[in-house]
Amino acid sequence: MIPLSHVLLLSGILFSLSVAGIFINRKNVLLLLMCIELMLLSVNFNFIAFSHYLGDLSGQVFVFFILTVAAAESAIGLAILVVLFRERQSINVEDLDAMRG
Amino acid sequence: MERTLLVIVLAPLAAAIVAGLLGRWIGRAGAHSVTIAAVAVSFALSVKVLWALTHGAPVFDDGVYTWLVSDGIRMEVGFLIDRLSALMMVVVTFVSLMVHVYTIGYMHDDPGYTRFFSYISLFTFAMLMLVMSNNLLQLFFGWEAVGLVSYLLIGFWYTRPTAIFANLKAFLVNRVGDFGFVLGIAGIVYLTGSLHYAEIFGRAPDMAAQTFEMFPGTAWSAITVICICLFVGAMGKSAQVPLHVWLPDSMEGPTPISALIHAATMVTAGIFMVARMSPLFEHSETALNFVLLIGATTAFLMGLLGIVNNDIKRVIAYSTLSQLGYMTVALGVSAYAGAIFHLMTHAFFKALLFLAAGSVIIAMHHEQDMRQMGGLRKYMPITYWTCLIGALALIGFPGFSGFFSKDALIEAVHASHLWAAGYAYWCVLVGVFVTAFYTFRLVFMTFHGEPRMDAHTREHLHESPRVVTVPLVLLAVPSVIAGWPTIGPLLFGGWFGDAIAVLPQHDVLGHLREEFHGPAAFVVHGLQSPAVWLAATGVVAAWFVYLKRPELAGRLRERAGALYTLLANKYYFDALSEKLLPAASRGIAQALWRGGDVAVIDGAAVNGSARLVGWAAGRLRGLQSGYLYHYAFATIIGLSALLAWLLWR
Repeated sequence: MIPLSHVLLLSGILFSLSVAGIFINRKNVLLLLMCIELMLLSVNFNFIAFSHYLGDLSGQVFVFFILTVAAAESAIGLAILVVLFRERQSINVEDLDAMRG
Repeated sequence: MERTLLVIVLAPLAAAIVAGLLGRWIGRAGAHSVTIAAVAVSFALSVKVLWALTHGAPVFDDGVYTWLVSDGIRMEVGFLIDRLSALMMVVVTFVSLMVHVYTIGYMHDDPGYTRFFSYISLFTFAMLMLVMSNNLLQLFFGWEAVGLVSYLLIGFWYTRPTAIFANLKAFLVNRVGDFGFVLGIAGIVYLTGSLHYAEIFGRAPDMAAQTFEMFPGTAWSAITVICICLFVGAMGKSAQVPLHVWLPDSMEGPTPISALIHAATMVTAGIFMVARMSPLFEHSETALNFVLLIGATTAFLMGLLGIVNNDIKRVIAYSTLSQLGYMTVALGVSAYAGAIFHLMTHAFFKALLFLAAGSVIIAMHHEQDMRQMGGLRKYMPITYWTCLIGALALIGFPGFSGFFSKDALIEAVHASHLWAAGYAYWCVLVGVFVTAFYTFRLVFMTFHGEPRMDAHTREHLHESPRVVTVPLVLLAVPSVIAGWPTIGPLLFGGWFGDAIAVLPQHDVLGHLREEFHGPAAFVVHGLQSPAVWLAATGVVAAWFVYLKRPELAGRLRERAGALYTLLANKYYFDALSEKLLPAASRGIAQALWRGGDVAVIDGAAVNGSARLVGWAAGRLRGLQSGYLYHYAFATIIGLSALLAWLLWR
C-alpha cells in the first residue's frame, strides 16, 4: 500500500511544476493553460488520495465536478485564445501587456 | 443754541438734497435760490454765534445725537463751539456764500448747473461738520466728506480725461494722508479710550509720558507718534510736500471750486485740525519741528513753481500751496493763532484772486494761458482793481490784511527757539520775494502790456456781469481791512481763550506781544522789517522782467538751464508718483507674484501636492506590469504569506 505522504508529495511536485511553468514560461499562452490544467490535476490528486485515505467518497465526487469545470474552462480559454490570436496575430505572453500601468 | 447750530449745519445739507434730487423740477433759478438762501442763513447765524461768543457767551460743548456706544467709547454727533470754530464757521460760510453768488455768472451756460449748486452746498455742510465737531469721529466724517465733494467737483466736467485723472489723483493722494490720520486717531483712542476733544486734551500730559514700542527695543514717545500721524493727515488735506501733487491738478475743476475748496476752505482743514489739536502738539517738540520743516519746505519750493507756470489758475494754485506752507510754519512754531489768522485773511484774498482769475477766464472764453492775455486792464476795470487788491494782500503790502498775518507770522518764526526755526525763517523770508515776484508776474502778464489774444477774442472782451463782480468787491473789502481790527485780539489778546493751548516755553506770540502797540504801530514797524522790502523788490523785479524788458524772461529761462528744467518738471514729484512709485510697486508686486503666488502657492501648494500624488502613483504603477506571471506570482506569494501566518500564528 502506497503511504499517503508519497501521494501528497507527488501532487506537491506536480503543483510546484505547474507554478514554475507559469512563472518561467515567457512564450506561450497555450502553455499557461496547460500549466493551469496541471495545477487542477495535482489538486485532484490530493482529493483522491484523501478520499481513499479517509474512506469518504465525496472527495471523488468533487474530482468529477472539478474535471467538468476544468473542461469548460479550457474550452473558454482556448476560445479566448483563438480570438486573441485573430486580434493580435500572436499568443506570445510577452506581447500581452495591455493591462500594464 | 443747539437749535441754531443744527440749522447752521443742516440748512446747506437740505438745500444740497433739494437742488440735487429735485433739480430738474425746480429748475436753474430754483436750484440757485434754495442753495444761496440756505448758505445765507448759515452765514447769518454763524455771525450771530460769533458775535455772542465774542460778547461773553459760554463755550458750547455738547452731543446732540449718540450714534453708538461700544466698549465704553461713545461715538456721537456733537458740537464744540468756541471762538476758533465760530471764526472758521464765519469764514467758511462767507466765502461759500460769495462763491454761490459768483457761480450764477460763471456756470451760466453749463448743463450741470443744478448739480454744481448741489455739490457746493453739500461741501458747505461737510466743512461745517468738520469745524464744528467736538469729537474726532465727526471730524473725520467731515474730513472725508469734503474730500468726496472735492473729488466730485474736480471731476465736474467728467467727459474730460484730464479732469478724471486729476480727481482720481486727488482722491488717491488724500488716501495716503488719511492713512496717517486714521492711525493717529486710533492711537488716541487706544491711549485715552475716548474720541472727545475735552477728554483727550485733559489727558494730554499723561500721553506725553507714555511710549509706544512699535519694534522691539524702540520706545517712541506716544504723543510724538500720534501727532506726526495726525499731521500726515493734515499734509494730505492741506497739500504739504510731498503730498501736494494733487492740488495743482485740481485746477481742472471749475474756478468757483478752486476758490472755495482748493484755496479758501477745504485745504485749510489740515491747518484747522492741527490748531484744534494744539494741546497735543504742544507736548511734542519733535512733532513741532517736523511740522516746521515740512511747512517751510512747502512754502519755499512751491512758491518757486509759481514763477515758471503760465496757466493763470495754476500760478494761484502754487501760491496757495506756498501760503499753506506759511500757515504750517506758524503751526510749527506754536503760533496757532497766527496760523488761523493767516488762514482767515488768506481765505479772503485767495478766494478773491481765484474769482478774479475766473472772471478773466470768462472774458477770454475759457483760455487760461497767460501768454495769450495782456492788457486786460482797459476792458475789465473792476476785475483788474479787485485782483490788484488781492495781489497786494497776498504779497503783504503794508496795511492790507495779508501784511498783518504774514508779517506777524515771520516775526513769530524769528522768535522761535526750535532747532528747525532757523531754516524756516530763511525759507519764509525768501518766500516773500518769490511770492511778490510770481504774483505781480501774473498781474502784469494778464492785465498790463500789449494784448496778445487773437482779434476775435479781443472784440468780445468785456467786463463780467454783476453776479461776478459783486462777490469780487465783497471779497476785496475784507482783503483790505480784515487785518486792522483783528490782529490785536486774535494774535496778542488771547481772543481764542482755551480753544488753543500753548505751553509757556513755546509762546512766541507772547514774546511778540510785548512789542505790539496797536495795528498802526505794527504797520510802521513792518516798514522797517526785511519782509516788506523783499516784497517790494519782488514787485520791481517782476515789473522789470515782464513789462520793461519782456525779452529778458526768455533769455533768463535759457540761462537758468537745469534749474528751469527742474522747476518746469515740478521737482519731478509727478514723475516720482506717476513713474517711479508705480514702477516700484509693480516690481514688488511682480516679485510677490513670481515668488509668492507662482512659486509658493501655485508651485508648492497646489501643483506641488498634485505632483506628489502623481509621483507616488508613478512609483506604484510599476507594480502593474500587465504580465500574467507577475500577477500569478503575487497571488502565490500572498497566498503563501497568508498560509504561513495562519500556520504560525
